[in-house]
Amino acid sequence: MSDVISEETFNHLVDLAALELEQKEARYLLTEMNKQIKAIQELERIPLDEKTPPARHGVPYPASICPPLREDRVDRYPQVEDLLGQVPVAEDRYIIVPDIPHTELE
Amino acid sequence: MDLCDYPAYQLAGMVRQREVSANEVLDSALKRISFVDGRSGCIDPGDITPEDKLKIHAFITVTSDLARTQAEAVDRKIAKGEDPGELAGVPVSIKDIFCVRGTHSTAASKILANFTSPYTATSVSRLEEAGALILGKANLDEFTYGSSNESSAFQPSPRNPWNTNHVPGGSSGGSTASVAAGEAALSLGTDTAGSIRQPAAFCGVVGMKPTYGRVSRYGLIAFASSLDCPGPVARTAHDTAMMLKIIAGVDPHDSTAANVPVEDYLLSLEREIKGKRIGLSPDYFRITFPDPISGTFQQQPVPGEMEQAVRHSAEVFGRLGAQIIEDVPMPNTPYGIPAYFVISRVEAASNLHRYDGVKYGYRTPEKTDDLRHMYRRTRAEAFGLQPKLRILMGMYVSAAQYSEQYYTRALKVRSMIRQDFDAIFDPGGKYRLDALLTPTTPTTAFRMDALYGDSVLMQYADQLTVPANHAGVPGISFPIGFDDQGLPIGVQLIGPDFSEGLLLNMVHAFEMETKADPWRQVRPTIIKLPGKQG
Repeated sequence: MSDVISEETFNHLVDLAALELEQKEARYLLTEMNKQIKAIQELERIPLDEKTPPARHGVPYPASICPPLREDRVDRYPQVEDLLGQVPVAEDRYIIVPDIPHTELE
Repeated sequence: MDLCDYPAYQLAGMVRQREVSANEVLDSALKRISFVDGRSGCIDPGDITPEDKLKIHAFITVTSDLARTQAEAVDRKIAKGEDPGELAGVPVSIKDIFCVRGTHSTAASKILANFTSPYTATSVSRLEEAGALILGKANLDEFTYGSSNESSAFQPSPRNPWNTNHVPGGSSGGSTASVAAGEAALSLGTDTAGSIRQPAAFCGVVGMKPTYGRVSRYGLIAFASSLDCPGPVARTAHDTAMMLKIIAGVDPHDSTAANVPVEDYLLSLEREIKGKRIGLSPDYFRITFPDPISGTFQQQPVPGEMEQAVRHSAEVFGRLGAQIIEDVPMPNTPYGIPAYFVISRVEAASNLHRYDGVKYGYRTPEKTDDLRHMYRRTRAEAFGLQPKLRILMGMYVSAAQYSEQYYTRALKVRSMIRQDFDAIFDPGGKYRLDALLTPTTPTTAFRMDALYGDSVLMQYADQLTVPANHAGVPGISFPIGFDDQGLPIGVQLIGPDFSEGLLLNMVHAFEMETKADPWRQVRPTIIKLPGKQG
């Protein structure tokens, strides 16, 4: 059986996923993806009833067990400096990133 | 037997009764760690040495200072006559997929290697409030993506305490290895396709995946949000019950934490199991596997020793008065892994898009003037192969043109797997089961390097555990003896939603009935090595 995912599709996905791959990595990943697709195609053996609903969770969440939603209000986070302390590059409490590319609209 | 080998409930009792101090318990656990663990997993490990291959490497970070502060607080409370909590002085390891304030919380990934959590997961907070001592962060497969722990970016990866040439299972392999080796009395793990139960079976301990929504996911670094379940790892059903009682329950920070009262699981333990209906299914005595040459999928019976283990357990339950119901149909069991390949990848890809080198975690040191280039280099350098594989696969099967063919179909198959369980547990149905008894795993612990790299074969290691994740129902793996290589065998009980009390009751009854069996006296090889403490 030929591979379902072509190299062209794979490269497009890599771009969309904001990844860069070395050749050896790319070969491994494409091979494994095509193996996984073969496993996934096993699902096509199942005769599905049109009425079968897609399940968001296995456990049904009737209203009786759903916790009430939290009140919609702003809570100030008490340890802002702890959060800012995690930023890889910061200056004067601003997060620094490289330029964001943009295109002039005509 | 050292202090650290005592069950958690006994340790807590001894600490509360002032027979030992929390500090003495901690000393014992830290001594055991220094004896069996070897060097902790790290990003730049150099060569794996022969010495490394004799240790279990359960931890990424040992938080001895944190645990010491907690032990002193417990001992102070006791000195003042205050209640130190139900888990007073009990050493606990935490799978490093949970955020614990002030600790490195890495998900075993380079992309979070430098991340120090600013907050603590709800389940961990509840353990701390109950007086537990947080010993450290246990190693795992990177972002939980694996069943052997070999994919961790922090090497050396954990090894099996019963034979260090074998894997501990995964993804909660550091958790189960630490409990089996007596480093921790309890561990907090997560189970998305079997990641508590499979390594529990491989390491000869008890591991429970609670009902989805029974335990809050707040503070858990997400893999597949509709499947992830935090849960306990322990050496006995009693300790599992004690831990679950503390971590379970509604949480305002997680809208999927179900508003269902938490029963006192310890009280459930002593109930009779006479008359309970336990099912055996032929669909759990068959395994599916990809043929390495043709790539086609074949079915074959589970190895004889695994079926025998289940049948032996059924006999024990029969002696206790349970009714064993044969030939229970679970026809959609073989589709658990294919559906999981779709659903978990879509959710994983979604969850992994947040790692971009901007707000926290790793950022490429490469200088660039282009934000998009920074994203790509950061993710390329810091994600391992397994996260990359899940991102790409998740994006492919959820792409607009394939979504109906793959994703929607997988969600419908999940409904059908759920219907299998609904039918057998229906109190008015043909089978009216209280629980289904199955092998936990197709095999006992496999050798290091035996499967790693083959993402399909590795995933099929979870084929007997993943249906409970799709259905959301609770499952528990418990040890029942050893194979002919001396490796532990685990079997699994699966019950209806929120039946954790009954499952723990059944496992406890099994443990009491078999407590004089000779296999229960055998201890992990790692503890018996020459030079063992005390």
